[in-house]
This record gives sequence, C-alpha cells and structure tokens, in this order.
Amino acid sequence: MDTLLIHILNSLLYASVLFLIAGGLSLIYGVMRIVNMAHGNLYAFGAYTSAWAVGRVLGNAPSASPALYALLPVGAVAAAGLGALLEPTLLRPLYKRAEEYQLLITFGLLLILEDLMRLIWGPYPLSVSALYEGLGSLSIGESIYPTYNLVVIVVGGAAAAGLWAFVYRTQFGVVLRATSQNMRMASALGVNVNRVYVEAFTLGCFMAGLGGAIVVPQQGAVLGMGPDALILAFVVVVIGGLGSLEGALIGALMVGVVREFGITFFPEIELAVLYLMAAIVLLIRPAGLLGRA
Amino acid sequence: MNPFPVPPRRVTIIALLALLALLLAPFAVPPYQTVLLSYGLVFAIAALGFNLLLGYTGLLSFGHSAYFGVGAYAVAFIVKYLGIESMEVFILGGVLASAVVAALFGFLCVRYTRIFFGILTLALSQVLWSLTYKFFWYTGGSDGLRVPTPHLVAGAVRMARGAAEDKLGFLSHRYYYYVLVLFVLCVAVMWVIVHSPFGKALQAIRDNETRAEFVGVQVWRYRWVAFLISGAFTGLAGALWVPLNGLTTPDIMHWTFSGEIVFFTVLGGFQTFFGPVIGAIVFNYLKTFAVGYTVYWQMFLGVVLVVLVLVLPSGIVGTANRLALRLRRAPAT
Amino acid sequence: MSILETDKLTKYFGETHAVDHVDFTVTEGEVLALIGSNGAGKTTLVNLISGLIPPDSGTIRFQGADITSASIHKKIGLGIARSFQLVNLFDQLTTLDNVALALFSRDGKTRKLLTLSDADTAVRDEAMAILQQFGLDARARMAARGLSQGERKLLDVAVAYALRPKLLFLDEPTSGVSTREKAPIMDIITSVVRSGKITAVIIEHDMDVVFTYCPRIVAMHQGAILADGTPEQIRNNEQVTANLLGTQAHS
Repeated sequence: MDTLLIHILNSLLYASVLFLIAGGLSLIYGVMRIVNMAHGNLYAFGAYTSAWAVGRVLGNAPSASPALYALLPVGAVAAAGLGALLEPTLLRPLYKRAEEYQLLITFGLLLILEDLMRLIWGPYPLSVSALYEGLGSLSIGESIYPTYNLVVIVVGGAAAAGLWAFVYRTQFGVVLRATSQNMRMASALGVNVNRVYVEAFTLGCFMAGLGGAIVVPQQGAVLGMGPDALILAFVVVVIGGLGSLEGALIGALMVGVVREFGITFFPEIELAVLYLMAAIVLLIRPAGLLGRA
Repeated sequence: MNPFPVPPRRVTIIALLALLALLLAPFAVPPYQTVLLSYGLVFAIAALGFNLLLGYTGLLSFGHSAYFGVGAYAVAFIVKYLGIESMEVFILGGVLASAVVAALFGFLCVRYTRIFFGILTLALSQVLWSLTYKFFWYTGGSDGLRVPTPHLVAGAVRMARGAAEDKLGFLSHRYYYYVLVLFVLCVAVMWVIVHSPFGKALQAIRDNETRAEFVGVQVWRYRWVAFLISGAFTGLAGALWVPLNGLTTPDIMHWTFSGEIVFFTVLGGFQTFFGPVIGAIVFNYLKTFAVGYTVYWQMFLGVVLVVLVLVLPSGIVGTANRLALRLRRAPAT
Repeated sequence: MSILETDKLTKYFGETHAVDHVDFTVTEGEVLALIGSNGAGKTTLVNLISGLIPPDSGTIRFQGADITSASIHKKIGLGIARSFQLVNLFDQLTTLDNVALALFSRDGKTRKLLTLSDADTAVRDEAMAILQQFGLDARARMAARGLSQGERKLLDVAVAYALRPKLLFLDEPTSGVSTREKAPIMDIITSVVRSGKITAVIIEHDMDVVFTYCPRIVAMHQGAILADGTPEQIRNNEQVTANLLGTQAHS
C-alpha cells in the first residue's frame, strides 16, 4: 500500500516539474503562436544557475541553512531574464516570416545554449544534494520518502494555482488572453502587443527556469538535460494540446504517472510507451485532449 | 517550345564541371580527401531527401536522423544476422527498412500543422534512438555494431584480402566511384520527381494547403508519399555511410544529427534544388575543420544558423543566385 | 432543373447563427449573385457547400445526390469548385503552373512522379488556352506573387475554372480591385462561364456589378435568405433596400 503511495507521490513529482516546463511552452505558444525549441535549455539554464548560486554560497559547508532554499528561485529569475533578452532580439524580427524560420532560429539557440552552459559551467554535473538531504525524510508506512520531493509537489501545485489565478483573475491575464485569441483586435484596442509578447515569453521562461531550479537538488544539473526535458514536454503538449494550460496540467499528470510506472515496470522502453500513449491520443483527438487547432 | 526543360545553361555548365571534378578527384587529391568527399556525397544524398520535404513540400522535420540510422542499422543487421556482405543487398535492405519506418512515422506526423509536425518528428526519432540505445543485445548499445567492407557490384569489385592498406585504397577509389554513381542517380531521380506533376502538387501544398485541397489534391496523402520518398533517400544515404565509417552507433539516430541535416540544408539554401547538396558538402568540410579546432563547435553551428536565418535565409546557393541576378541586371541601370 | 439544393442548412459559431436553416436552390446554367452585408452568412454558406467547414444540421444535395458530409475531394470530383475572397494562389509557382496544376489534378495526373510535368503538352496547351481566355497569357512564366491584384483575382478564378466544374462559386471576384478594372474582369468571367455552360454563384458587394451581370439575385441577412428575384424585384424590395442597399458601396 505504501509502495503505491510512493509511486503516486513520484508521479506527482514528475508531473510538477513537467507542468512547469510544458506549461511555459504552452503559454508561449498560446499567446505568440511560436514554439521555442530552446525551451528545454531554459529549464537547464535555471537548474545550472540555481545550482551554481547555491553552491557558491554554500561553499564547503556540510549543512544547508533555510536561507539557501530561498535562494533556489534565482534560476527562475535568470531564465526569465534570458528570455526577456532573447524575445526582442531573435524572435521579433521573424514574426512576419514563415514558421519554419522561428523553429530554425530557436533550434540554433538550442545549440548555442547547450555549449554556452558547457563553456560556463564545464562538462561535469553540478550538484546541490545538501539541499535535498537537508530536509530529511518522512516515513510512509514502512518506507521513507524524501521530504524535499513533497516540496517540489507543493511548488508545482502552487504554480498551477498561481498561474490559473494570474491568467484568469488579473488585468494582465485578461490582456494576455485577448492577445492570444485575436492579436489584431487586441492591438486595435490599444494593447501594446510587443510588450505583451515579451512579458508572456518571459513568464514562460520563468516557469521553465523554476522547474529547473526546484528539481536541481534532486537531480543535479547535467549537460543534455535541456533537450531531454524538451522531448518530454513535447509529449505533454501533444497529449494535452498546445496552447492550453489545463491541457498541460492533464498531460503532465498523465505523463508523470506513465513515466513512474514505466520506469518501474518497463525501464527499457519507457519513452516508447509514453509516445505510444501520445500517438493513441493523437489518433483520437488530433489537437490533443484540450488543444486549440 | 522545348518540351524537356533543360535547366538554365549556366547551371548545366557548372554542374558538368563539378561532375568532371568529382570524377577526377581520386587522381588529383590524396586518398584521405577522397574519402572525406565520399562522406560529403553521402550527406548530400540525405540532404536531397530531406529537402523534398522542406523546400518542396514545406515540412520541416527535426527527426531525419531516424531514417539515416535505420538505413545504417539495417546494413549492420544484414551483416550480423544474415552474414551477407553484398553492397547491393545493403542498399536494398537499407532503403526498404527506412521506407517502412518513414511510412509509419509519416502516417502519424503528416496530418498535423507545421509546428506540431516538427515536434512529432523530433520526438519519434528520439524514441527510436532510445530503443537503439537500450536494446543493446540487438544493437550493440553505445558500442554499436561493426560492419566489414562489403563487396560491390555483386561481388565483382572487392577489397583485396589480407592487405590492410587496401581498405583506404578501396574506399578512396572503387567505393568512391560507387557512391558517386549513386549520387548522380539520386540527383537525376530527385530532379525528375520535383519537376513532375507530383512535384508540382507538393509545391502547391507548400504554397497554399487550402487551395491545393480545393483543386482536388488530397493534401495529407501527398505529404505522406513525400515523407516516404524522403525517408527512403535518407535511408539510402545511411546505408552508403556505414561502410565508410566501418561502424554504426546510436549517435546517428540522435537529434543532434537531425539538427546537422537541417543545418546543412539551410546552409546551402533550401529554396533551390542544388542548395542542400552544396550545403552538405560544405558542412562536411566545415565540421571536420571545426571539430579539430574547438570543443564548442555546436555553438559555432548554432551561431551560423542564427545568422543565416536573420541575414541570409536563402543560404549559399540562394544568395549566389541573387548576386548573379543582380550582376546581370547592373549594366542596364 | 436544380443543380444544387440546400435544406435547412445551419451553422452556428458559438451563439451566432451564421447560417440559419437556409433553403437555397440553384438552377442549372444560371448565373446568380449572393448579396448581403458583412456577416450576413454568404461566405459561410459557400464554405458549407464547398466543404471547407461542416454544417451543424441540414442537408445539401448536388444533382440529386446527398453531399452533406462529402469530403472536399469528393465535391471537387463531382464538379463543384470555388475561388476565394482573399486570393488563394500558389505564389511561388508560375501563372501557367497554377492552372496546369488544376488540370493535372483534374485528370488524375498528379500521381505521376517519374515524368516531367513540362513534357505533358496536352496539359500545357490547355493551360495556355485558359490563360488566354482570362487575358493572362502574357504572364504565363511569371511567378504568381508577381501579378497585379486584378490579375491575381482573375488567376484565382482561372484555377477554379480549369477544373471544368459544373457549379462554380466565386467569392467577391472584384474586391480589392480598382473600379475601372471591375468591368473587364466581370466580362471575362461571365463570358467564360457562359461559353463553358457553368452554373455560377457570385458573392458580391458592388451592386453595380450585381445588377449588370446577374439575372438572379439572392439577398441574405443575419444568416437567412431575405429576398430572391430579378434585379428589378430586388431593387423594389423594401426589406432589401432598408437592410442592404443603403449600406452597399456604390462605385
């Protein structure tokens, strides 16, 4: 029974991180109709930045003070900052051009960021396991479960709730939704579309960076984590539908569950199982479960 | 009016000169250079296949490494499980296997809009990569599978046994010409395909999907066939690549290789017929040079790609065409 | 003999009745205009009949056969074709190739991938003949995106015409074109339609064009047919003048 509970908690853990990444991807697509191929690298950038910052402050101290946990989100801020820089310089010139060019330029960005992280932080993984162990563990039945995992789940849930509130309850959210539904009309009504775009992009990057920041105590920051995360985020948006935050949530939950049980029972082909599920969803509902065309 | 469209004279002359240069290469340059050129020609065949989808049908695939890899592993499996070392069997097996996989993946991918299409192709090729990596008892895992030098033309052309140095000689002469012949064949076949009524239908789909539907072209069916042909060409390239490399590993199924295919096609100019061919050959030299120079050559590729998109979207050949056009017009103004 | 009949054809977009239980009949061989202010449902009706969007309820019969849920491909095969309000061409193909493609498709030749399209002289000659009918033969070798707006509108119609349809829908064939170009365009269209014995339904906003070229006029308003008759009858119809003609652009 408690193994089942642990499986469920692990599923929620994956789902939380996936929601942050895929939700950011979907938000950006929903508002701007672009897919950032380098989105996974922003997640990785968040992870690296947080790991580096905490590592610097931690030095060689064996234990982690609570303040360090507060430092973790710095990765999210860094990723957001990077996004705010990239949108006006690399993406805006291409809005009027065919979609292929956005994919191409963001793919080029993916290549640049991969090597940039290697250049800055070297080829070896960065770890902040002190933060992971620092919170200890809980007993669940006869097993023990790391408390930090629960923190991730809570953050993921809070992010989902916060995002929902932000998009559906704030003034900015209204503007965001209006621009996403009809950019020309919003512009005609006086909305500064350029500003909305950079703000939406920054928010999406913030979410990806936050995903990286909160997962880094558990997994460390390692080269290649970006594109790997992107592939998984793609499964999530394929299942849940691109452009829908609810879809990202449902997709993330489904992928989290399948991933957890897949890793336990079919470790070799867990990625294939995930994509089989995505393929089945696509055959039934081509736009994803909640997607917009 | 001439019913058989000969490409503009300038292009024909350049192409013939290039062909002459390619024919004479083994006698003019050291064997190492000829082998390098063989790699370039192999990638050029992959680029031709890839660009049928991108330049002519308007579909940007980020997963073409899958078909290259399937072609390569088909060859490795033929050696491992059937013990056959005939190049013709390699080619047949490689093309068939990659066509089957392309048919399957294409079925899933071509119903979708361009961004979704890109995502799906990337994801599916990564699934294949992970399977190749993990089922190591079949595929040799990260060590890959070795493939001995095959015999060509049903055994008529062989590497001399026992002479270790002859491998380089074999590859830089006999195998090089084999690849060259297939390259010329591929260029000719692809040329006909893109100038056929089918090819026009693909371009119509690229330009205006709705209108294509409304002149009676069933869009997703045509995209699927294009996908199949594209995969088969790329699979052929994979099959030709293995004997050069002597070995096939999961690396060529990884998304990074898909990215290289995209890169050299865009570098050469995806809006022209010969652009991708030139881009593949140039890229091959670029990569060989850059990898020896720096560890961060992926960043170099990325920067070049960004610059290409922002400043020179028509690539090498496209830009050259524009310049030539401008030079020809200049005297009149 | 009616070539097309719709029976209570309906399409909702959310709350709006874009097309509201419309019974629309077209007689074989006629040329009729479909008029109405923006949002009246004209384009939606054509979109439903031509297969771009599926209806919510109602039926469509073409030459007696039920085509309500038929695919676009099937409808093209049966002989229904259309042009578009916002010009829909294959911009990177030449003018000749735009028309030739329609011919290849019509004749089932688009499956051929190992023969050169330029080698098919029959198709090429027929395409040139069509271009001549539309006055576009001088532009045969130019890429479609290089044509003027008027030429693009004509090409849009030519591509649909090349399918040799039985029923042709023309969605605002003169919109966006300067006044003095309108008459020549409509002259070409009507002469081509008449000589080909094609039934034509023309969506138009320009009432001068409508009254000059169309012996039957169907007026729509808020998703329903308001009036249906000759130019005289429409001109004298109070509902039509109140709702539509007052807001029509006279050139």
